[in-house]
Amino acid sequence: MTEPNISDRAGEHLLRELAPQVLGAIVRRFRDFAAAEDAVQEALLAAAVQWPDEGVPDNPRGWLIHVAARRMTDHVRAELARRRRETVVVMQSGESVQPDEIPTDLDPDDTLILLFMCCHPSLSRPSAIALTLRAVGGLTTAEIASAFLVPEATMAQRISRAKQRVKTSGVPFRMPTETDRAERLDAVLHVLYLIFNEGYATSSGPALQRGDLASEAIRLTRAVHNLLPDAGEVAGLLALMRLTDARRAARTGPDGELIPLAEQDRTLWDRDAIAEGVELITRALSQGSIGAYQLQAAIAAVHDEAARAEDTDWPQILALYGLLKRMSDNPMVALNHAIAAAMVHGPSAGLDLLKPLDADPRLAHHYRLDAVRAHLLEMAGDRDAAIARYIAAANATTSIPERDYLTTKAARLRT
Amino acid sequence: MKYMLMMNAKRGNTGDWDISTWPLDDIKAHIGFMKRFSKELSDNGELVAAEGLALPSQARVVRAGKHGAPEVTDGPFPEAKEFLAGYWIVDCESPERAYEIAARASAAPGKGGIPLNMPIEVREVMSAPPVDL
Repeated sequence: MTEPNISDRAGEHLLRELAPQVLGAIVRRFRDFAAAEDAVQEALLAAAVQWPDEGVPDNPRGWLIHVAARRMTDHVRAELARRRRETVVVMQSGESVQPDEIPTDLDPDDTLILLFMCCHPSLSRPSAIALTLRAVGGLTTAEIASAFLVPEATMAQRISRAKQRVKTSGVPFRMPTETDRAERLDAVLHVLYLIFNEGYATSSGPALQRGDLASEAIRLTRAVHNLLPDAGEVAGLLALMRLTDARRAARTGPDGELIPLAEQDRTLWDRDAIAEGVELITRALSQGSIGAYQLQAAIAAVHDEAARAEDTDWPQILALYGLLKRMSDNPMVALNHAIAAAMVHGPSAGLDLLKPLDADPRLAHHYRLDAVRAHLLEMAGDRDAAIARYIAAANATTSIPERDYLTTKAARLRT
Repeated sequence: MKYMLMMNAKRGNTGDWDISTWPLDDIKAHIGFMKRFSKELSDNGELVAAEGLALPSQARVVRAGKHGAPEVTDGPFPEAKEFLAGYWIVDCESPERAYEIAARASAAPGKGGIPLNMPIEVREVMSAPPVDL
């Protein structure tokens, strides 16, 4: 035992860091992902209880692997006994593995392989998110349940079904083939992006826990970036998260009300996060092969580098949205492109760009189209039309802070 | 996405639900269905909450009276032909899935085992994350 004690925070951090490494070693040896994941959770819980009192062992990874492997051996024995009772004779590989025989060396690929598994396209996004947070993030089921505001039993079932799904889909525990690699990496990045957004964007509910989700997403994305430093989109996503998260403190007022970018107190922005984000995105963009996350990060960087809202380099943002629009068929990108056009060429240019979007079935009756149109009509001085659009948007959003913001906008224009 | 599924039942002649006049086996079948249904949602990892509400004869309508003191009258609102019998809150992937769950609830067995086809009102819970403005 090296340290007499560890703080809860540092201990938690270490455990989360080690979780995928330990799981990788156990899955590699015993193959049964679902059971291995349970065994590792038990080992993590045991560590969370024992280490603060007894100190962190000299080789914490080895300690966890040892404990998890013992649980796993118990599980295999119980499973064999059960099968014998049912008089079914099945030879199971790994049944005679001794905990001491498992190599405890770090295999850096394990974290990546696990991410590929947990974000497999055969899983629904909510399942992939929950499984990723537990198996790779090392969070407990209770923590994940409280972050998503569902009962622990429900989250436990979601995770166990996701593991079952991984099992039946027969995904092997190894790197995806070269041909699948890009697509599978996209799926991983999308899940990490969703986790980030859930934590960053939601200001209702237990804010602290949900904010932790954003930090967790950044931590996991950073881990992927460290393993794949040359992957431009990974760097782009990490930069996007850092540059967006940098504004978190300025984004809501004392009562949780939303504060739009143009009205935020920019002295509250996290300068270190911005510096890191800018550095990441600058390097990624210089390496060729540009993707959607990199462009979104570049746009976030332009906003973050403006000392005042009126200093924002809108022509550059407009050009970046133009590129993004050509790359992805996302109607939300088209909306933001229209806003940038309005900032550069005036509100009527933006309103013209909105017209064709009325015919897009993905946006018809979508509150965001009404909200953007309201904003541009307000810029154009068409007060009555702006009020009507703000109210239409407020009535259709499913976010409470957004509804409050839009209702207040309409009320201000009326007075 | 979270949805609240509200089960509305018709008020019988007495003003309460007429389940108490069903044959025993039909009542048992109905209760059994509801229990299995909740278990199934929970096993799916979709159940957030589910409650059945006491019958309308137990309901009271409350308004703030003088100095904010509660002013209580017997409820529910007499003009209502239906009443809220219970609700589920589910967390599922799409509105279509919420409609599927609602349709299952609507088909709960009634008298003689015939599906009740109760109207289930499906309302999204305001839990979407706001976008950056």
